[in-house]
Amino acid sequence: MAQSSVTHSTFIIERNYAVPPEQVFAAWADPAQKRRWFADGDHAEIEEHRLDFRVGGIEKTRRMITAGPFKGTPLTNDSVYLDIVGHERIIFAYTMTLGEKRISSSQATVEFLPNGKGTILAFTEQGAFFEGADGPEMREQGWKSLIGQLDKVFAH
Amino acid sequence: MLSQQLAVDRVFHALGDPTRRAIVEKLSAGPISVSRLAKPLDMTLAAVVQHLQVLEASGLVQTEKVGRVRTCRIEPKGFSVAERWINERRSLWERRFDRLGELLGESDRK
Repeated sequence: MAQSSVTHSTFIIERNYAVPPEQVFAAWADPAQKRRWFADGDHAEIEEHRLDFRVGGIEKTRRMITAGPFKGTPLTNDSVYLDIVGHERIIFAYTMTLGEKRISSSQATVEFLPNGKGTILAFTEQGAFFEGADGPEMREQGWKSLIGQLDKVFAH
Repeated sequence: MLSQQLAVDRVFHALGDPTRRAIVEKLSAGPISVSRLAKPLDMTLAAVVQHLQVLEASGLVQTEKVGRVRTCRIEPKGFSVAERWINERRSLWERRFDRLGELLGESDRK
């Protein structure tokens, strides 16, 4: 029997922005803007970000962690767009990979709701977070590869 | 953060085995001695003890020997590790939306 350890979780985030939905939507659709708030971040350097914003289009984000215990480990987001309704809704699926270990697969729904002159951004993530879903050997491989990364970090 | 990541991996490793999940499920009904736990699992006591050691190392289960009887119970603090990991994912998005707000604020000033 296949061994699996998957945790399912859904969370919702709501944010208020003082600009119209078209503008907030553009920050998701335009690769240059998307990169600045999505791919950029603390303790990580963007190695790659490309966005093909259409249904069936792929977005790939690869970052190198620059600080902390996982310094030197690449963190990758691979997304595919499932549904896009201009200025209203975006649905995409994405996996997250740390080093060589895929750690989660999620579906994200983004809604852009007019709120007076501004926008309510409603974000819902339904995630499957896992470790070793491919079986004990893969789990051990993932664990070993992570330890290998840490060994490299601590060798300095 | 390192110890937190390793702790999360230990929890997921512990729960990645169906026998260990069965043990945790059984223990959620209440504390029980190791020998009583082993009976329905149809495995040697030594095998059960090994599983319990993994569960104890991950912080999910606590065992205690009083006289000749070893009792095990759920350690509720252990389950918050998986929760914390999921919360970290949520925090990642919160930070992204903070930056989105800054970006949108910039364009507002034009």
